[in-house]
Amino acid sequence: MIKVNGVTHADYDPAQKLSVWLREGLLLTGTKIGCAIGVCGSCTVLVDGVARRSCKVLLKDVEGADILTIEGLAQPDGTLHPIQQAFLDTGAIQCGFCTPGMVMSAYALLAKTPRPTRAEIRQALKGNLCRCTGYQQIVDAVLLAAERMRP
Amino acid sequence: MNDKPAFRNDGVAKVTGRARYTDDLSLPGMLHAVPVYSELPRAKLVSIDAAEALHLPGVVAVITAQDIPGSIKFGQIIKDYPTLADEDVNSTGDVLALIVAQTRDQAIAAIPLVDINLEPRQPILNPEEAILPGAEILHPFHGSNLANYHRVRRGSVETGEAESDLIIEQEFTTSRIEHAYLEPESALAVPRPDGVMEVFGSMQHPFSTRRFVASTLGVELKDVEVKTVPMGGGFGGKDDTAALVCARAALCAWHLRRPVKITYSREWSLRESYKRHPYKINYRMGLTRDGLIRSVRVRMVADGGAYCSVTPWVTWRSTVQCCGCYEVPHVQADVYGVYTNNIFCGAMRGFGSPQVNFAIEQLVEMAAERLNLDEIEFRRRNMVRQDSTTVTGQVLDTHVVSLQQVMDVVLAEIDYSTKRRNCSMGDPNQSEWYGIGFAISYRGMSLGAEGTDFNSAILSVQPDGSVLLETGVHENGQGSESAMLLLATEQLGLPPERLRYRLPSTSNIPDGGTTVASRGTIMGGGAVVNAARILKDIIIEMVKKNSDHAVVSFANEELLDANGSRIMTWNDAIRLCYSHQIYPYAFSVFQAPQVTWDERTGQGNAYFTWVYGCQAVELKVDPKTGAVTLLNMVAAHDVGKAVNPALVKGQFYGGMAMGAGYGLMEECVCSEGKVVPANLHQYRIPRSTDLPEMTAIIVENPDPNSPSQAKGIGEPTNELMAPAIANAIFRATGKRYCEQPLRIKL
Repeated sequence: MIKVNGVTHADYDPAQKLSVWLREGLLLTGTKIGCAIGVCGSCTVLVDGVARRSCKVLLKDVEGADILTIEGLAQPDGTLHPIQQAFLDTGAIQCGFCTPGMVMSAYALLAKTPRPTRAEIRQALKGNLCRCTGYQQIVDAVLLAAERMRP
Repeated sequence: MNDKPAFRNDGVAKVTGRARYTDDLSLPGMLHAVPVYSELPRAKLVSIDAAEALHLPGVVAVITAQDIPGSIKFGQIIKDYPTLADEDVNSTGDVLALIVAQTRDQAIAAIPLVDINLEPRQPILNPEEAILPGAEILHPFHGSNLANYHRVRRGSVETGEAESDLIIEQEFTTSRIEHAYLEPESALAVPRPDGVMEVFGSMQHPFSTRRFVASTLGVELKDVEVKTVPMGGGFGGKDDTAALVCARAALCAWHLRRPVKITYSREWSLRESYKRHPYKINYRMGLTRDGLIRSVRVRMVADGGAYCSVTPWVTWRSTVQCCGCYEVPHVQADVYGVYTNNIFCGAMRGFGSPQVNFAIEQLVEMAAERLNLDEIEFRRRNMVRQDSTTVTGQVLDTHVVSLQQVMDVVLAEIDYSTKRRNCSMGDPNQSEWYGIGFAISYRGMSLGAEGTDFNSAILSVQPDGSVLLETGVHENGQGSESAMLLLATEQLGLPPERLRYRLPSTSNIPDGGTTVASRGTIMGGGAVVNAARILKDIIIEMVKKNSDHAVVSFANEELLDANGSRIMTWNDAIRLCYSHQIYPYAFSVFQAPQVTWDERTGQGNAYFTWVYGCQAVELKVDPKTGAVTLLNMVAAHDVGKAVNPALVKGQFYGGMAMGAGYGLMEECVCSEGKVVPANLHQYRIPRSTDLPEMTAIIVENPDPNSPSQAKGIGEPTNELMAPAIANAIFRATGKRYCEQPLRIKL
């Protein structure tokens, strides 16, 4: 059994890669594949709250786990998560291919470190490559989201 | 942070994962194809035996050059590029066959079973040797290993050197680099029941892709429809190769009458896709004692690799901008684009200027030092100014020449003069070396004399007053659709939610050329503004006829008179149009003002307008390891007008980052013709921790040559950081490094 965005799945090939299963099995194509060797971070998802590169994870390694992908972040009524909204507002999106992975890494960071410094944000995102933005507005976005998420 | 929130029409789709990129698309009955490559950089193709591969489960077909109904070879300038290699193999990126199977994994499993028989030939790998007399010719039909030659002849360099007090000479070399767009190439071709081949793809240029597909299938342009889907980065790199991938998918779909998808692995993308040209540049500069450049002789050799691609255009920009942004009375430039059996090179953001700027922006500082002038003063004495004449004889009098303005802004922001005093210059007593550096440039906008330069836009107002906009500009990820929409909203006085950008298709709108050369905003935006003017005239005329009111402006969804009073709402005006059988519909074109070029002398008004930029960097060097740490980067660029400021800044940041990678980290080594890095673990691009905080300063001098007043910004941002870093490294270490990537030798 693997739970993805709140839905439990039992029918899968345990030897399949998580990234491929999400995209081709569950049609959750928001998770992107940029290198398939765990270097670019485009396929980042949360496995029990921890940011993992799904191209390096086999389904048998996540039996019983709770997985969150980019599709599971917004509220059911479509309201964006504050991180997503902050990415929009700061201009942190260009081609958008790294965006889902970036957002998921940022989500994992803010769950653990609600008041990160810019340096901490850079450190947390260093496993996510972006060729468009130079990361500047992505760091801005995570900082803005952190501010907005404070109770 | 930005002053106003970014606007992106595709933002929500991209941030929620709902945006569908090519590989995210799937159709019933869809097959998957994969490429089979040559292992040799140069060979005769003797035979391909696919019998064994065809026996594997799921394998449907193995397609080779023999199966191409149209032209085997295509190319934008020289038709030398085989969709599938037929007789001659020229590169390890050559695709010899396509395996089509029910699943991608099945197709991949069959690759080793395709028996390829190649007869090896001696590869030509050194461009200097390739152009020696008597060298074996790589493409016999072309008759020469020179893909092209450009020159500039201005004044007399002999006279210039005779008038000079000092002559300096220096050789520079630049790296072959990879675009490293995050999304590898992907294409989906669908044979439609009406006989049209429909193509979706991760490609920058739908119209160019349509030409490749039509040529391969041997059909007319009307029989191919290329549609745009979100694309995961291009940077100039998704033209030829990406179009070829589309043509191959279409070829398979044509034969099998089923949808076929080809999605590249990163390994295939690195292996086959074209790179930025590595250059060898030799400068000889004549200078007077009072710090004026009198003459420049320069020879550039660009390794174009196995196929021409756009090498003649890339090297043409290097030719026009061969002396950087300086006035030089006597110039002799010889620029060669050369065929070799290395991986081919083509368009990449910057397009022939990053190489030149890497060299010239160091050379001017070397000259200043020899003359005991500071590098700011030397640049001030030689830089182009209002009404200056460029080295190709173009007078810069049609727009604001803001070079000194952008330089002053950056130097003030980074506090250059104060910090320059802290530079280490390799002081052995310091445990950490500090350096600061900058570089400046001008850049001809859009295509210039490279080709025809026009674009079109359609504004179609629906009966409820909502608006569909379409242009010939392609969304590469930069936000071009958003910029077009914002320009239209401003013209029509409507909020963005009243407009929608129509799904672009090559069958809907005329070929507007390729979205390259930083021409999206200036060319597409020009067409949008012109179309909006026509649309407003239609509405104004209709209101005048029917209500006797003179509309003078459009704001807040209302039509206003000279006093700013409301005549009627936008929606009422549109209703009135339809009730009087008048379509509120406009098609318009923006044609670039005339440019001229004499290939014999290298003189002419090469570009219809120019942009100006400056970037600076602070860094530190570890004297023990030579490791360079970037501390701060600042950029100012004159964009004419910032349509969507947050996204303009995004271009600045992304360009600085890519420029830093070009200077410090990136090198796509080719060994025996084969690209060495296999994946992104062996080809490092800057990560978030490799880059410092950056500052982007937008300078706006509205450009009268552009209907929207805006110019382009994609490329200027990516042509300055490498030389700025080289200059900063000099002031940190006391040593000049004229080879890329910059590696400190201790």
